Amino acid sequence: MSYHWYRGHVYGNDFGTDAPAQDGQAPAHDEQAFAALLADEDRIEPRDDMPEAYRKSLIRQIAQHAHSEIIGMQPEGNWISRAPSLRRKAILMAKVQDEAGHGLYLYAAAETLGVDRADLVDQLHSGRQKYSSIFNYPTLTWADVGAIGWLVDGAAITNQVPLCRCSYGPYARAMVRVCKEESFHQRQGFEILHTLSHGTTGQKAMAQDAVNRYWWPSLMMFGPPDDDSPNSARSMAWGIKRFSNDELRQRFVDMTVPQSEALGLTLPDPDLRWNDERGHYDYGDIDFTELFEVIKGNGPCNAERMAHKRGAHEAGAWVREAADAYADKHARRTEGAA
Amino acid sequence: MSTRDWPLWEVFVRARRGLSHVHAGSLHAPDAEMALRNARDLYTRRGEGVSLWVVKASDIEASTPDERDPFFDPAADKIYRHPTFYDVPEGVEHL
Amino acid sequence: MTDRPLLDYTLGLADDALVSAQRMGWWISRAPELEEDVALANIGLDQLGQARTLLTYAGELEQEGRTEDDLAYLRDDREFRNVKLVERPMTDFGVAMARLLLFSTYQLHLYRALSASSDATLSGIAAKAVKEVTYHVDHATHWVLRLGDGTAGSHARMQVALDAEWPYVDELFTPLDPTLTRLVADPSALRDPVLTDVRRVVAEATLAMPEVAPALGGGRQGLHTEHLGHLLAEMQHLHRSHPGATW
Ligand SMILES: [Fe+2]
Ligand SMILES: [Fe+2]
Repeated sequence: MSYHWYRGHVYGNDFGTDAPAQDGQAPAHDEQAFAALLADEDRIEPRDDMPEAYRKSLIRQIAQHAHSEIIGMQPEGNWISRAPSLRRKAILMAKVQDEAGHGLYLYAAAETLGVDRADLVDQLHSGRQKYSSIFNYPTLTWADVGAIGWLVDGAAITNQVPLCRCSYGPYARAMVRVCKEESFHQRQGFEILHTLSHGTTGQKAMAQDAVNRYWWPSLMMFGPPDDDSPNSARSMAWGIKRFSNDELRQRFVDMTVPQSEALGLTLPDPDLRWNDERGHYDYGDIDFTELFEVIKGNGPCNAERMAHKRGAHEAGAWVREAADAYADKHARRTEGAA
Repeated sequence: MSTRDWPLWEVFVRARRGLSHVHAGSLHAPDAEMALRNARDLYTRRGEGVSLWVVKASDIEASTPDERDPFFDPAADKIYRHPTFYDVPEGVEHL
Repeated sequence: MTDRPLLDYTLGLADDALVSAQRMGWWISRAPELEEDVALANIGLDQLGQARTLLTYAGELEQEGRTEDDLAYLRDDREFRNVKLVERPMTDFGVAMARLLLFSTYQLHLYRALSASSDATLSGIAAKAVKEVTYHVDHATHWVLRLGDGTAGSHARMQVALDAEWPYVDELFTPLDPTLTRLVADPSALRDPVLTDVRRVVAEATLAMPEVAPALGGGRQGLHTEHLGHLLAEMQHLHRSHPGATW
């Protein structure tokens, strides 16, 4: 199976091919200086000389990551109006708000590489750039909010913690801020599921159903198996990626299985068991054909997610224009008065 | 469909009294007043600050990596600027 | 014995904040820019926080052991005491900012007066809320200025939004139950200070003060628009589907 079209289905991960150059021509660049910085584990900073391929690859990865945070607001946002207690409503609003903040930090990191946020957002809207496929699954019940916090944010954190040491300074710094904020996300998800699984029969069934639906898509968030992950080696050499997809996936499984026991919920994989020899949990085969379909646009909510995002952007155009016009007028007035 | 972005602003946050403002990140806003408010909402919502600066990114003049050697290397050998350069006889205090 | 007028007064403030927060929550992921998603979420969270402490206090006043959630999720629309201003749909950014200007300016003056109340709980809640609401007024003001004095199109839209909200302003100043006048802030005394503030912003935004007749009130007596029933149906459905469950 070939994964070369596999683009941006994991946030904080990268598998795609390079998008067309974003602007201008590549400046002549000093291979050795760049290699020396990487070798010293020094950070690359915005105005440093860097290979054009490194720059483009980072732009694509950071943009996809940012898009994922933003589209990721929708499935959980779907439950803000219906959260079953006022405490949960407040937590959820704060959480979805955080995701907007994460998108913002990441777009800003991408902008240090010489692209504009507006262009990146346009590329999302036109489908040229992708976002994590996990957000194309619907949140059908309240328990899905718990499952997303526990599993999806959990998988995201597993992916993102190593990115805090990524070779590109602005990306690494954005990830430090994001990871700090993420820690409450996973906990609140776990707490939701814990409460449900210790609640009424109906609540427990709701929790189990959500975990059943979100478990496999969460494992897919780490991307294709290492042998099918063409850009991984290059990203590792560049210090963008620190661990392979399979390593991170294993780390996530090992962390999550004991938590599921504490929750009193099962994970929908009959092959899941501790392997003493490996010192890890074994898990069953992941059906990547499903992921295939979701990435191609045939997931349960692809069309809705994009329509929601584009719709909000278009509905806000008059507001953005008005603010620009007001700023121009006032700049002129201030100049006139001076 | 492409629309012009609001300008980019750099945000500096004073975490508490007695500390300098430190760069926290950036954001987009149509003007300085909104930039300051957006900065408050975005960068201090967990109580991270007691004071904020916003600066239009395009107003920042920065040294370039090309200038790094002439800018910064000449400072490297002026070790007599650091107190550790000097020997202090044993037993002498408050120096 | 339950002080019914004080309970209704407290529920009125609580329901204003709760219903407003419910409308504000809709905007998170739908704002004109990402920065505004974050800002509106902050405002919604402040309002929700106010609603929670006020509902908790209402539960204490009622002395029937009802919690904030019992009061938020298990009352029907006829028992809600909020003004109609906050319950109608708010899916246009101009409407959202016009309403926030009107509502938060009202809240600011009300909470300021209430922070001097001899009811220690209410004065404490109000003193904290004054800071939050001051920021809401500021946010709404900045947007009303930009939309009113922005493009020709935004000016027209903002005027339409303001005109549409205006009939519901009058209800904010519903006179207080006479037994409470010495205890809490009287909304009918706020008409001048609130309208003075609003008038200043409207003028600076190059907009015109609406000349439209007030709509009939009744929200404080539980006589609402048809919109509130739908809002509550959505908000309460899950909670009510699992009677007695903890979340
Ligand atoms: Fe996030
Ligand atoms: Fe998160």
